[in-house]
Amino acid sequence: MSVITSFTLEDSAGIERNFPGTRPALVCFIKEDCPTCRLVLPVLAAIHDSLATELDFFIIGQTSSGNSQLMSEFNPPFNLLDDSALKVAFTNDIEIVPQVFLTDSSGHVLVERSGFVREEWQEMVAELLEPHPSATCTVEWDSLPSWRPGCGSLSVDPLHAERLKAEAENSPIRARRIEMGSQDDEFEFMFDQGFTDGLPVIPPTPQRVLRMLQGTSLDPQKVIATMPPNMAKVTVEKVAINAVMAGCRPEYLPVVMAAVDAVCTDEFNIHGVMATTMGASPVMIVNGPIRHLLKMNMGLGALGQGNRANATIGRALRLVIRNVGGAKPGGTERSTFSNPMKFTMCFAEWEERSSWDPFHVDRGFDANDSVVTTLAMSAGPTLILDETATEAPVLAAAIGEATKGMFNANWYASSNCLMVVSPEHNDVFKRGKVSKSALRRDIQKASEKSVQELIQGPSASPEQLASLAQLPTDRRIGKFGSEDHIEIVVAGSEAGKCTAFFHGWIPRSMGSIPVSRKIDDYM
Amino acid sequence: MSVTLLDPTNEEVPVARQITPRPEAIVGKVALVDIAKRRSDEFLDRLQEAMERRLPQVEINRYHKPTFSKPAPTDLRKEIKKINDFVVIGLAD
Repeated sequence: MSVITSFTLEDSAGIERNFPGTRPALVCFIKEDCPTCRLVLPVLAAIHDSLATELDFFIIGQTSSGNSQLMSEFNPPFNLLDDSALKVAFTNDIEIVPQVFLTDSSGHVLVERSGFVREEWQEMVAELLEPHPSATCTVEWDSLPSWRPGCGSLSVDPLHAERLKAEAENSPIRARRIEMGSQDDEFEFMFDQGFTDGLPVIPPTPQRVLRMLQGTSLDPQKVIATMPPNMAKVTVEKVAINAVMAGCRPEYLPVVMAAVDAVCTDEFNIHGVMATTMGASPVMIVNGPIRHLLKMNMGLGALGQGNRANATIGRALRLVIRNVGGAKPGGTERSTFSNPMKFTMCFAEWEERSSWDPFHVDRGFDANDSVVTTLAMSAGPTLILDETATEAPVLAAAIGEATKGMFNANWYASSNCLMVVSPEHNDVFKRGKVSKSALRRDIQKASEKSVQELIQGPSASPEQLASLAQLPTDRRIGKFGSEDHIEIVVAGSEAGKCTAFFHGWIPRSMGSIPVSRKIDDYM
Repeated sequence: MSVTLLDPTNEEVPVARQITPRPEAIVGKVALVDIAKRRSDEFLDRLQEAMERRLPQVEINRYHKPTFSKPAPTDLRKEIKKINDFVVIGLAD
């Protein structure tokens, strides 16, 4: 004999009802938009009128708004119970509504009926009345159809079923589960679904995602950002799924989440960064103790392939932007050429090999903080090679000169850049006792052109000419909007007298401002 | 045995909206929105001249987005919608 699992639900008068009670009961699951449920509601009311003194009635609706609707429309002699969490329906495997049960006082099921079959209901009511000869039931059976099928219970609706199953299993996972055919190749399947960046991804199975979630103590359903263009709520779980796909280890997850939060700010403006024809992409720089814990590359080949943390953290951010945010090439991502940074671009600063304060300390953090900074860069790294300069002013001038052609020889007094200075180049500045701010100033100085040069430049636009005409012809103008728009970090191998130059995008609030986040906040 | 994967997308289904019915005639107020791309003001100047010649009955209101790189501020969108019957806006390049 089956049993209806005990439950407590609130009724439409706000009173809690416990099942089982002390008497036999009639339990019926209904929902407002089911025509057959509406058909049986007056029948249930008539049974209640006859037998309310003998039976407990538990008439259970599946949405609170639906219950209100039914109460006002039918005004039944009982209050409807609110199972809008669908837990009672799920626990009792209700697939069809109406589903009616007669139980004894312990909750054991004596009779069970699905949908509406007039004969069955008539028989059920007759059996109920039999021990109570004085009771009568006023149902006009002939006015009712002989048979009506029920509707699907909301607890088996795909919109709710996965959540209910996960809750029942005490699983933290709420994402939609996709069942692949047994003959499908899982890697090909991920391509076919449009989930990848063009390279194979690790299939995000529940087991792998659960392992990834071990990388953080945050609630998997915590929303960490709202991401354009879909204005999607990015949960910890969704980041974890994409981090699995990218190939991350669980301990990388907080870095990815911190970066997701950083790019989804108005300052960073990920929508504009993705949409621009200039092909900008987030560049992630990691500072602080976490660089060593994650074994990130900050030395030889730091900006390229070969290190799992560098490669997969950057890729995970891009996959979140693609899959959760919805920015895809040809959709809102409109880059003319795009660039390889759109697969991944993440590296760590070699703080210990630098003569300057670490990048995150410049930005106001403590040296012991682990921090990720996101910068929108549209090209790079391009190489500024100077193997002969031994004096700091000469090297600074070489770097500044190399910036003059960025984007366009006439594109001046706007944009920003990132300079990744190699250890050997940093040594030259260290010997010359050149601070980072002095180097910024020197680069900007060496990049200057006179108004006259710009007027005679190869592609001065009419409006630029009009604006330049207002200035003295010998006035000198720097390449960048301000010295502060030249970002400087140290990375790369011990060997190599070079600086890696990333071309920026539109700085200030017009475009994108670098944003940093403390990684500890996501652990 | 089949494999279960978790959906990496945001799982939301976009709302399908009907395009606003097009009136037979352009009457009332028309918003011309400059999205701040270079020379879009010149383009809109020419458009305004053409509209004033051909549609003398309409009133033209000009608006300006702070930057082309971000969506228009909500207040600006609300104002454009509240005051105008038509809007002309471009999408950059």
